[in-house]
Amino acid sequence: MSEHKITLTVNGREMSGYAEARVTLVDFLRDVLGQTGTHIGCEHGVCGACSVVLDGKPVRSCLMYAVMADGHEITTVEGLEGPEGELSPLQDAFWENHAMQCGYCTPGMLIATHTLLQENPYPDEAEIREAIGGNLCRCTGYQQIVEAVQMTAKKIREAS
Amino acid sequence: MKAAPFDYVRVSSIDEACQALADGGEDARVIAGGQTLIPLMAMRLARPALLIDINDVKELSGIAVDSDHLVIKARTRQADTLSSEIVQEKLPLLADALSHVGHTQTRNRGTVGGSLVNADPSAEIPLIAQTLGAIIVARSTRGERTIAAGDFFDSAMSTTLAPDECLTEVHFPIWSPENTGFGFHEVSIRDSDFALAVAAAQTTLDAGGNVQKLAVAICGATPAALKLTDIEEALIGTDLNDDIIKVACAKIDDLIDPQSDVHADAAYRGRVAKVMARRAISDARDGAKGDLV
Repeated sequence: MSEHKITLTVNGREMSGYAEARVTLVDFLRDVLGQTGTHIGCEHGVCGACSVVLDGKPVRSCLMYAVMADGHEITTVEGLEGPEGELSPLQDAFWENHAMQCGYCTPGMLIATHTLLQENPYPDEAEIREAIGGNLCRCTGYQQIVEAVQMTAKKIREAS
Repeated sequence: MKAAPFDYVRVSSIDEACQALADGGEDARVIAGGQTLIPLMAMRLARPALLIDINDVKELSGIAVDSDHLVIKARTRQADTLSSEIVQEKLPLLADALSHVGHTQTRNRGTVGGSLVNADPSAEIPLIAQTLGAIIVARSTRGERTIAAGDFFDSAMSTTLAPDECLTEVHFPIWSPENTGFGFHEVSIRDSDFALAVAAAQTTLDAGGNVQKLAVAICGATPAALKLTDIEEALIGTDLNDDIIKVACAKIDDLIDPQSDVHADAAYRGRVAKVMARRAISDARDGAKGDLV
């Protein structure tokens, strides 16, 4: 069971490391590349905490082996911040609306809603709830998360 | 929750995949989306010695119309199938069913072929294949063969595919859209969760509003998707009024033997399966009648 050399473009930067084929993408990001923003929850595709963007689309990084992502582009929650490390408008809206309590689901929620807003800048409430349908939160009851996304969408509308 | 060690090979053609399967023996598995296989491996319910990654096989991806069939290549993502205009136009029943498959994140990786070979008892894609009588194409180093959906699904998580075969595409029959409607209903604890009972139906009515053609199948309450051939036959030529549908669907009691589990007991599953079938058929009728008015 040899190790594989795996090269990913993570948040625009090329990063490489070695891992056995059985290492999931989330473990590789955290343990090998040191990108610990992505959280590991259930490790079997139920909770959505480990969501990352793979080639422009949200996926669960516990449901993919790192070796399968070799050569692909990944955006993690670290990639959402601005050039000076400032919060993105969506992250800022999460803060403003208190859309988190323990924060465990937050990276996954941000990835799910960030990709939603990229595809659909004017989502209605049902579309927002559908987009986070695969992400569990045990603290907020989801309401503040929905409100944070609505606030961001409103800001996008006003700015355009 | 970590998979046992395994070997990994990435292939770029169907021939390479078939050769790797032939060389790998019974412990080799094809992986594409991996949305079920990876959790099963994490829980060590599956322990393949070799994974053959077909994500780079371009000839395994795409959707096209071939005369009266819609051909979906095995590795086509569920998300791309759901958003496909061809699927929405030619196979609206499948498009409707796909919106119930998993979540955005899993549909972005999960594939149509993967769902078929996985054969989960509550999975929507196998149900539609069974409802419409899809044809499944599989290849191995021994050659290519076609398998009717009715002969493909064996029991829960089990198909008649041989260990060295790779599913390459699935052909769904396209019905003439005139006076045709479909219905799809499922009950699950949460949206997009594993369904407790599901039913799909499609019907074409004649000019007088009577059934010319009807397809109906259920899953969730059965080990594998079950085509309700007797009920289809009983309803041909009728006007599909609510009473006729109800009487016909009462036969489901004799056809299934639902099991109890932590999510629902056997009696509940059986009752819901019947109601789902009734609703799917009456929606199909209403859709078809919409054309007649």
